[in-house]
Amino acid sequence: MRLSVERALLAVSVLGLALAPLVAPPFSITLLNYIGISALVALGLVLITGVGGLTSFGQAALVGVGAYTSAWATTAGGLSPWLGLALALAATGTTAWLLGAATLRLQGHFLPLSTIAWGIGIYFLFANIPGLGQHDGLRNVPAISVFGYSLASNGAIFYLIWIIVGVALRLTSNLLSSRQGRAIRGLRGGATMLASLGVNLYRIRLVIFVIAALLAATAGWLYVHMNRYVSPSPFEIRPSIEFLLMAMVGGASSIFGAVIGAATVVLLKDRLQDVLPYVSKNAAQLEIVVFSVLLIVLLQHARGGVVSLFRRWVPATPAMPRSAAEGLSRRTLPPAGTPLLEVAGVLRRFGGLVAVNDVSFAMATGEILGLIGPNGAGKSTMFNLITGALPSNAGRIVFLGTDVTRLRQDRIAALGVARTFQHVKLRPAMTLLDNVLLGTYVRTRAGFLAGALHLDRDEEARATSEAMRQLDRVGLAAQALHLAGTLPLGNQRVLEVARALAADPVLIVLDEPAAGLRLPEKEALAKLLRSLRADGISILLVEHDMEFVMGLVDRLVVMDFGTKLAEGAPAAVRANARVQEAYLGGVA
Amino acid sequence: MDSQIALLLTIDGVANGAIYVLIALGTVLIFSVTRVIFVPFGDIAAFTALTLASLQIGKLPGTVFLVGLLAGTAFLMEAVTLLRQKRISQLPRAFLNYLVLPALPTALAIASAGFKLPLAAEMTLALLLVLPLAPLIDRIAFRPLADASVLMLLIVAVAVHFAISGLALLFFGPEGYRTEPISRAVFEIGGATITAQVLLMVCAAIAFSGLLFLTFGHTLAGLTLRATAVNRVGARLVGIRPTRMSTVAYLLASVLAGVSGLLIGPVATLYYDSGFLIGLKAFVGAIIGGLVSYPLTAVGAVAVGILESFASFFSSTLKESIVFFFLIPVLIWRSLASPVHEEEDEEIV
Repeated sequence: MRLSVERALLAVSVLGLALAPLVAPPFSITLLNYIGISALVALGLVLITGVGGLTSFGQAALVGVGAYTSAWATTAGGLSPWLGLALALAATGTTAWLLGAATLRLQGHFLPLSTIAWGIGIYFLFANIPGLGQHDGLRNVPAISVFGYSLASNGAIFYLIWIIVGVALRLTSNLLSSRQGRAIRGLRGGATMLASLGVNLYRIRLVIFVIAALLAATAGWLYVHMNRYVSPSPFEIRPSIEFLLMAMVGGASSIFGAVIGAATVVLLKDRLQDVLPYVSKNAAQLEIVVFSVLLIVLLQHARGGVVSLFRRWVPATPAMPRSAAEGLSRRTLPPAGTPLLEVAGVLRRFGGLVAVNDVSFAMATGEILGLIGPNGAGKSTMFNLITGALPSNAGRIVFLGTDVTRLRQDRIAALGVARTFQHVKLRPAMTLLDNVLLGTYVRTRAGFLAGALHLDRDEEARATSEAMRQLDRVGLAAQALHLAGTLPLGNQRVLEVARALAADPVLIVLDEPAAGLRLPEKEALAKLLRSLRADGISILLVEHDMEFVMGLVDRLVVMDFGTKLAEGAPAAVRANARVQEAYLGGVA
Repeated sequence: MDSQIALLLTIDGVANGAIYVLIALGTVLIFSVTRVIFVPFGDIAAFTALTLASLQIGKLPGTVFLVGLLAGTAFLMEAVTLLRQKRISQLPRAFLNYLVLPALPTALAIASAGFKLPLAAEMTLALLLVLPLAPLIDRIAFRPLADASVLMLLIVAVAVHFAISGLALLFFGPEGYRTEPISRAVFEIGGATITAQVLLMVCAAIAFSGLLFLTFGHTLAGLTLRATAVNRVGARLVGIRPTRMSTVAYLLASVLAGVSGLLIGPVATLYYDSGFLIGLKAFVGAIIGGLVSYPLTAVGAVAVGILESFASFFSSTLKESIVFFFLIPVLIWRSLASPVHEEEDEEIV
């Protein structure tokens, strides 16, 4: 086992927590219980807000759904609290799934906005439904018992709370290092790139939103069976802000930040409750002023939170993951000369501008086809139409016999189309290896549960070996654990090529791959592309460097002002009068 | 329910809707220019009503202290920024913009304390007192984050609401207020009784949305506002100052919120935190318009008003829940109607 500052800190905290009920005064144990319960909610918010770039202002309401479900089931229904937990998880999960399904296809800010609204809606429901005791709430909620041993005392439920926190942290940490976890970490920073790698973003967002809700439900269950009583007020919108503050204080993208943040806010709240009554008789309302101002200052000046301060002292050292002898199994490529791509009469408008106007061409497998034309000819738009990043207004695109005209980007990627971008799209805060591993997403299967439970280790090891092979192929293997953002632009382009190759594509679509490369690097790239062709991979590329293009491609398609100007072998295209006119201006 | 009750409820709903229209339009205006979803907007409306109520009972309004606190903070922040960037020559202007200008209406309020002013003058003064709030909040909370993502700005906006309404409790106190009615006239139109107050609310909503439409669509100021909304960097390149444009947007929107506050003051008892729910209901309207379309926003806001009035007839206790849960089918409809166009956020570290 690697000995590091982090592991030592973790061991000390676990030991400290295990001994706490024996030595600490009862009030400290109560505070620690609240910290643990809050940390569960904050962990969910770290996952969706810090890592995934979504947020919820109604997280306290979800805690409430869990708490009320279990309280009602155990009092009115007389069920065991463990059945209450199952019902709480089911009710909260379903609520979150419905809300997520309604909002997650929309732009990012609709989800948080709607969370404010339904957060308040749920609160008013709790407060007004007679069966839930209205403003008085529900009393005489039974305590949880384990094998006949009652956890009625604060010292006893303490262990249950912190064991659950520990398990939740472990599962979340596993999940984030898995196949789906890489996609989750990639969510922030634009959708096009992830979708081009075969990731269904909507599904990923929905699942993490539900995971966060399940964590909230568990917290609600613990809360209600610890206090043995439930009323609506802890689930209104103010506590939701406190949970968000916890996630931000700790450092929104670190899962341990959830515990640190929860501890900071719970302890601060405890101190404020001592101090604020001296300032005003409305102390409870002033508390939220302090927390809100703190949240604003934090977002303005220290978005990384406490964890990023700690990271300045102890920088993260990414470890090389286990790599298998064998890579991932490869697909059988169709024989050379099979019709691969057929673009027929495709048209795309941007308002009044027709960027691609009735363009048709075809390519066969094993071919390198170059798409050239002056700036603004519509080449990149054409690429976006073929890969599904943009919908076309008219025409038909067929890939290997499948009509892909109306298919989503991630479905087209799954058919075997990989691409790079004119403006490099990488995740600068992830390592080179992780960026390339994202490319293997479409070839691997592990789901969320497999990732969280570490059942995906074999597949991960083979994916790692595959990614290393592709990094080696483009000459970046030595920097595998560096952050992608530290590479110079030319190497970032090459890294995109490695990521595309990791998807084991039939067709690879390259948008200006040689831009920003020096001569020896260009030669190396041309050599790589030729060897890919020899392997049977088809290549479609846009490039402005004519020397690079002419020496490499089998055929050329020339575009100008959105229409196709010419098509044919490089020499014939070079001799074409209309092409010369487009590039050099009219002779007469 | 018979048609008579339905008619009554509809009239009531349209009147409520008129209030939401003004606030929702302001929300869309601010969002399109600054990308900030300005959650504290309902608070601005409520504060205007509370300010007017304080003036009417001859009390110095809490707004005076609130503006003072915000102006002081904004000036300090601006001064620190200027000193750090060694732009000391601009200090006097910052002093003028962030301290003197916001303080003018305050001085007027203090000077006029003890006199009984005519209603129109009181209303104008209340509006003037509230106007500096939103631009000052912009300077303090949002300008340091101008390049942050919409999500980040939204989190800050929600935090600002709680900070402001907590402070409002200190300055306005926990009591509820109702302002004097603007007119007590009652009309009989086609069998329905309509108060002048309701007519005024509807007319004001139409007049101010028309005014907004004209400013936005047909003046140079509107054009620069729209340019800033479309592309901040581009607008900057042609000599538009995005910060000045956001101040203009906040002022314009504050007038809308202020007017709605003046109209709602006589018909509802308002507390320091009433603005939140009013603002959120307006939000539901704005979301119906997708936070972009002004006409759809207006239709949505009226629909929310009518829904609310019918909901309160069927179940007065659950009306809030009904109004807010109405958002869910609306969002499903929007997500089916308009395909996603993602905001390509740069990676935030």
